[in-house]
Amino acid sequence: MYLYDEIDSRIVDDRVKQFRDQTRRFLAGKLSEDDFRALRLRNGLYIQRYAPMLRIAIPYGLLSTRQLRKLADISRKYDRAYGHFSTRQNLQLNWPRLEQVPDILAELASVQMHAIQTSGNCIRNITTDHFAGVAQDEVVDSFVWCEIIRQWSTFNPEFSYLPRKFKIAVNGSVSDRAAVAVHDIGLHAVKNHLNEVGFKVLVGGGLGRTPMIGHVMREFLPWQHLLTYLDAILRVYNRYGRRDNLNKARIKILVKERGPDKFREEIEAEWAHLKDGPATLIPEEIERVQARFTRPAYENLGPEPIPENSPAFAAWVKRNVHAHKVPGYAAVTLSLKKTGVPPGDVTADQMDAIAGLADRYSFGELRVSHEQNLILADVRARDLPALWREARALGLATPNVGLLTNIICCPGGDFCALANAKSIPVAQAIQERFDDLDYLHEIGELDLNISGCMNACGHHHVGHIGILGVDKNGEEWYQVEIGGNQAPGALGKVIGPSFARADVPDVIERLIDTYLVHRDSEAERFVDVAQRIGIEPFKERVYGNAHQRAPDRNREPALA
Amino acid sequence: MATLIKGRRIATESPPSPEQGEVLRLEPTDDPASVADRLGRAARVEVNFPKFGDGRGFSIARLLRERYGYKGELRAVGQVGRDHLFYLESCGFDAFLLRDGEDPEEALAAFNDFSESYQASVKQPIPLFRRRAK
Repeated sequence: MYLYDEIDSRIVDDRVKQFRDQTRRFLAGKLSEDDFRALRLRNGLYIQRYAPMLRIAIPYGLLSTRQLRKLADISRKYDRAYGHFSTRQNLQLNWPRLEQVPDILAELASVQMHAIQTSGNCIRNITTDHFAGVAQDEVVDSFVWCEIIRQWSTFNPEFSYLPRKFKIAVNGSVSDRAAVAVHDIGLHAVKNHLNEVGFKVLVGGGLGRTPMIGHVMREFLPWQHLLTYLDAILRVYNRYGRRDNLNKARIKILVKERGPDKFREEIEAEWAHLKDGPATLIPEEIERVQARFTRPAYENLGPEPIPENSPAFAAWVKRNVHAHKVPGYAAVTLSLKKTGVPPGDVTADQMDAIAGLADRYSFGELRVSHEQNLILADVRARDLPALWREARALGLATPNVGLLTNIICCPGGDFCALANAKSIPVAQAIQERFDDLDYLHEIGELDLNISGCMNACGHHHVGHIGILGVDKNGEEWYQVEIGGNQAPGALGKVIGPSFARADVPDVIERLIDTYLVHRDSEAERFVDVAQRIGIEPFKERVYGNAHQRAPDRNREPALA
Repeated sequence: MATLIKGRRIATESPPSPEQGEVLRLEPTDDPASVADRLGRAARVEVNFPKFGDGRGFSIARLLRERYGYKGELRAVGQVGRDHLFYLESCGFDAFLLRDGEDPEEALAAFNDFSESYQASVKQPIPLFRRRAK
């Protein structure tokens, strides 16, 4: 954890006071609905379908057990004793009362938390690899850089009223586990031939209604220049990003309209003025931030074999236990994807229990992954059987990480006012259909992502199989795409007309059948096959029979 | 009635006389470079904020101050609300014509919304990390 100093705490306290006053003025009729919307959104407060929704920031997904227990308390005291971990590593409360939000923020501040910039047209929570700091292929500890960017972005006076939301991802390892290609800005840490740290800078990626892969602006930006270069990008975007059409306001549209080369020239021209200015980073700051992060006091264990146990334990180790850079330790994913539970949902009691596990097995810290699971990053290999038994008793040991039922899913029409269709029941129907673990393991690695609307909170474009809820004359339909990938970033292709909800599990089954027929070995994953053979064979299998069986229902044209 | 704030006080004024120079007004789409050579003779520069959420004027202000060296009065006009004031001042504005309906006394409190900022700005050119390092 980055531990706040007195100034960090004061800034968050100032925000609580400011938001309390804004809420007071709104309730007193001194702030219009529209103005208050712009202000409350940048504090994560939405007015949803049935109630407000508060999105609490979990900067770069890192949490202490003290914070998790506070979240459990808050969800009991102000909500319905559960929360939802989102794909942007935040926590959402679905039933708070507007008048109580300032009190919730004050409670959060007491554990160095907040809801700053979790929504609104500003720079959002910085996301990163959930194995930061423990990955074997680490280049830098991305948490440190995320915190530096968090401070730069927090209440940035120039960039607080951008054309649209702005998402930055940082990846600190060789493998990209932060999906840098599908963010407004993606930063991938690299070292040059002199072993100096810098960042490959991608701009203009994103999902949503116009999915795009980001363009490389710089192959190597020396770390000292990180903030001035970000200033340059944001300034060009703030001045020239489209404000006439909400759907064309993201930076990816500006990059596309200008062309990546022209856009790069504009950034470089702006940066020429800012480069080497006072915002140039200094080694003292990197060291200061590093020093404020708590570090696990690893024991000197040496390599330890993971104890053999039952087949169920072995299956869990295979899917949910991950290699660690320190010998004798492992990282563990606690799956929030048990069949029958909305993906990413946790009850207050589970939060407390998870905090207990993290205290006993992982130095009192945990991470939220963008796949909506929780990670205990520093577990001794010898403790794995005991942890597994406890996690299993809590329903958190489903051995499905990387498999089809580890579905990424937005809250969808059950909660969200923007949704065109429900997403959680679709996820549950698929999980129920594929509940045979042996079969799941046979299918192998497969990311299945579901979004309830084209805003793509469920990242459907980068799922190996992506499902998108669409609205057709007030009815819910589901469009299916295949071949997307998170990293290296690739966007899925729509296989054809959309389906009724009840048909979705059948469609998935046919896609899987097609894959199993065509794969050349177990090592060839679904996405590899989809990219190798294209969508046609899948399409034939899915629509061939449907064509005769249900001539009308299944052949509605897709909307999006 | 719209309230004018200058130097963190509620102010009144009469139109500038010709010898005080002209009033330049920039819209969000205007490039500050286009008035760079007239800044030295301007009575003041106004930057318009046509909508509550239109943040282009923040960048324009920084450019006027930091790139083109403008030292005179820089006034935010248009949909300028209490909740913008802290950021506006950070970006270099020193005069604010509040939109109709804003409570002037409540607005004055806005300059103290935050006791510290992380970033380099016109108001505080040295970012917090450099001040922390001292």
